[in-house]
Amino acid sequence: MSLGVFRGVDFWPHNKTFELLSFRRPFVIFTSTLLLIALTSLFTKGLNFGIDFKGGSLLEIQSKSGPVDIGDLRSKLSGLDLGDVQIQGLDRPEEALIRIEEQPAAEGASADEVQQAAAEKVKSTLGESIEIRRVEVVGPGVSNELKQAGIVAVCFAFLGILLYVWFRFEWQFGVAAIVALVHDIALTLGAFSLLQLDFGLNEVAALLTLAGYSINDTVVIFDRVRENLRRYKKMPLKKLVDISVSETLSRTVITSGSTLFVVLAIYLLGSDVIHGFAFALLIGIVAGTWSTVFIAAPMLVWIGVKRDWSGTGSAAQPAATAKA
Amino acid sequence: MHFSRLKIFFISLVCLMGFLTALPNFLSKETLAWWPDFLPKKQLNLGLDLRGGAYLLLQMDAKELRKDWLDSLRGDVRKQLRDAKIRYTALGQTADSVRVKLVDPEQTSVALTQLRKLAQPIGGGMVSGAGNDIEVDTTSDGFVRVTPTEAGIHQRSTNAAAAAIEVVRRRIDAVGTIEPDIVRQGADRILVQVPGFDDTGRLKELIGQTARLSFHEVHPQMSAEEARQTRIPAGFVIYPDQDDPTHEYLLQESPVVYGEDLTDAQPSFDSNTNEPVITFRFNQKAARIFGEYSSRNVGRPFAIVLDNGVIDGKRDVKVLSAPVIREPILGGTGQISGSFTVEEANNLAIQLRSGALPTTLTVIEERTVGPSLGADSIQAGILSGVVGSVAVAVFIIFAYGLFGIFAIVAVAVNLCLIIGAMSMIGSTLTLPGIAGLVLTVGMAVDSNVLIYERIREEMRNGKQPISAIDSGFDRALATIVDSNLTTMIAGLVMFWLGSGPVRGFAVTLCFGIIATMFTAFTVTRLMVSLWIASQKTRKIPAPL
Repeated sequence: MSLGVFRGVDFWPHNKTFELLSFRRPFVIFTSTLLLIALTSLFTKGLNFGIDFKGGSLLEIQSKSGPVDIGDLRSKLSGLDLGDVQIQGLDRPEEALIRIEEQPAAEGASADEVQQAAAEKVKSTLGESIEIRRVEVVGPGVSNELKQAGIVAVCFAFLGILLYVWFRFEWQFGVAAIVALVHDIALTLGAFSLLQLDFGLNEVAALLTLAGYSINDTVVIFDRVRENLRRYKKMPLKKLVDISVSETLSRTVITSGSTLFVVLAIYLLGSDVIHGFAFALLIGIVAGTWSTVFIAAPMLVWIGVKRDWSGTGSAAQPAATAKA
Repeated sequence: MHFSRLKIFFISLVCLMGFLTALPNFLSKETLAWWPDFLPKKQLNLGLDLRGGAYLLLQMDAKELRKDWLDSLRGDVRKQLRDAKIRYTALGQTADSVRVKLVDPEQTSVALTQLRKLAQPIGGGMVSGAGNDIEVDTTSDGFVRVTPTEAGIHQRSTNAAAAAIEVVRRRIDAVGTIEPDIVRQGADRILVQVPGFDDTGRLKELIGQTARLSFHEVHPQMSAEEARQTRIPAGFVIYPDQDDPTHEYLLQESPVVYGEDLTDAQPSFDSNTNEPVITFRFNQKAARIFGEYSSRNVGRPFAIVLDNGVIDGKRDVKVLSAPVIREPILGGTGQISGSFTVEEANNLAIQLRSGALPTTLTVIEERTVGPSLGADSIQAGILSGVVGSVAVAVFIIFAYGLFGIFAIVAVAVNLCLIIGAMSMIGSTLTLPGIAGLVLTVGMAVDSNVLIYERIREEMRNGKQPISAIDSGFDRALATIVDSNLTTMIAGLVMFWLGSGPVRGFAVTLCFGIIATMFTAFTVTRLMVSLWIASQKTRKIPAPL
């Protein structure tokens, strides 16, 4: 039996080499502006840390009888003397989030105990008509540790990636990859800061994922650059990088596109708990794809890379090795 | 592109295994009940965020642990010096050592030798060169000093954590219907997770109740009132009677035997008075110590003290009873009477049986997820997964046609392998884990995209389909390995440093990467190879 084939649509203009590096200036200006906004926001507004990192309590509630009356809730809870209590409505009107700021230690009770007592107080004030769907109480000691662990995790991930790329390529590639990564992380953090979205443990996981994703994207192009370095020994670096980026651009678009579909689905349809996570990935994937093409690749030209790659690796064998 | 029969067999076998191990997750409990035994039955563990439950992180009190040890060390030092007839003037303790001043400085070296006998080798002498749990030396201002070593403190807290975990487990198990998962975390923390139980208040109550029993020597001459009027002798304390708080006892502070040494405690009735009592049994060591003690002290009272821990900010310690020793208690069993009701005797016996927490536990992190939220999350997760996957499938088939279908099949196999592997090793699927799975779909597609784009490129360069396919796979290999391994680094770091949800995500991501590398080079390739083989003519059509 012969299985026929139906071909897909190859919509990409493959024969075109995009001279991206010649138009470097507008991209640099665009990227720098975005970065500047992100960093300004990070340094002025800062991140809105969730209770994982700030300590405090969070309760997610659902009213059993119609929409939550947030005003009523607020007046009920303000009588409890718990400091700053934030109430935020969720997408569904019968649901709301209550945040209680970190409680100071009281006489004869540690901060941890007071913190839990506060959550209990709120629970009992809410009454029967409200179902408590989720409670999180994070004590001050733990929140600091979680923050530290988060920072350490990101740093170690970066270091690991730098070393691996260095080992597989050259240090210039490693540096370019890390610069692109820093850009992605900064932009994502900047978006969180601008919109003052909750930043918690899940979002750190998202940061690490997008680091992984972005580096994946970058490595694919680096791989092509290395291959072309072996093939075109005399070609100017700028042109060589342009060719490499153009050759892999169709793949970049298709892959980013399909990943974006998936993340968009999580963002739009996933539960509230995962919203921040999906948002971070959404920003990160766009930023990661952008930075690969417009930061990592130009950086190679800017730092300059070793030109003589003969004798390393065996990828540059144009001869067909069909065995089928 | 040729696959030997053996290779095809193994690839199919792996795919089949993936399918079979993943399958139970899509079946109901009823279906699984009659599932044949030779097929895998394990389902994925759902994390607390998905199925609802309580999560408590408990912190042991390291300071208290150290103080308790120093307290008992002080008692040991006193006894050791007294037995050796070495007289001392001041015996006290600082935050990290016990210090004693001798009357006659000439006896210092004897005292050092005697006190060094208190030292226990770390690891019970099993580990050579590990040193001792305490150090004995002299200070410049003429004190003899006994200091716990770092290794000793570490060993103590390790033991305490193990003991505390046991106690917490028994206390929660006493409820019967809930299955806690209790593990040690870091040096001095205990993580308690109870799926399907979201009443942390009740949980904390269960864990927090402490009852610590100890047996103390009553001061042979002085009464509590006399001591209050004059001076409480060193090493003695005053505790009130349980039934009559105005009646107090002057007791030796360090107990003869600790409640931890009880191996059993049962409620029963006194054969003479028919009053509810608790009968108990000591372990061997305590039985010997108590035997010796009771032989020496026939005719004198001793006190059974119950320490209920801190209640309303005050330490609640009471003397249950202070019976007179009528005869040496040699068998290691005894009975406590304290005018209990039947129920009190019952409860106390349970508390004594489940032992005392070796240290105070403070809840430092608490999370609960109600069952309805968990169910919503699963639904939302599945919905977004299905929608995302369908979108990707449509896109990929649009871009690559038949080969796009091959890619989708490979991704499906990939998902089966991940879910199957995670089910088999019993790892836990959390909400970010679902996101990780969904993201894997996106990334798994990438390896196929890389291969197909490469094939197209080779064909544009004028190669014949077969050789284009061949070099497409070959050349994409290095790229796929490099790009996936770098992502894996991020995944491993998350697993290594992360906790809770982050860790769950990392597991999924890492499995996803491994499965992706496997499927791209076996499953997709096999399908393509079979397709080539199915072509009648030697000249196959351009596939992409």
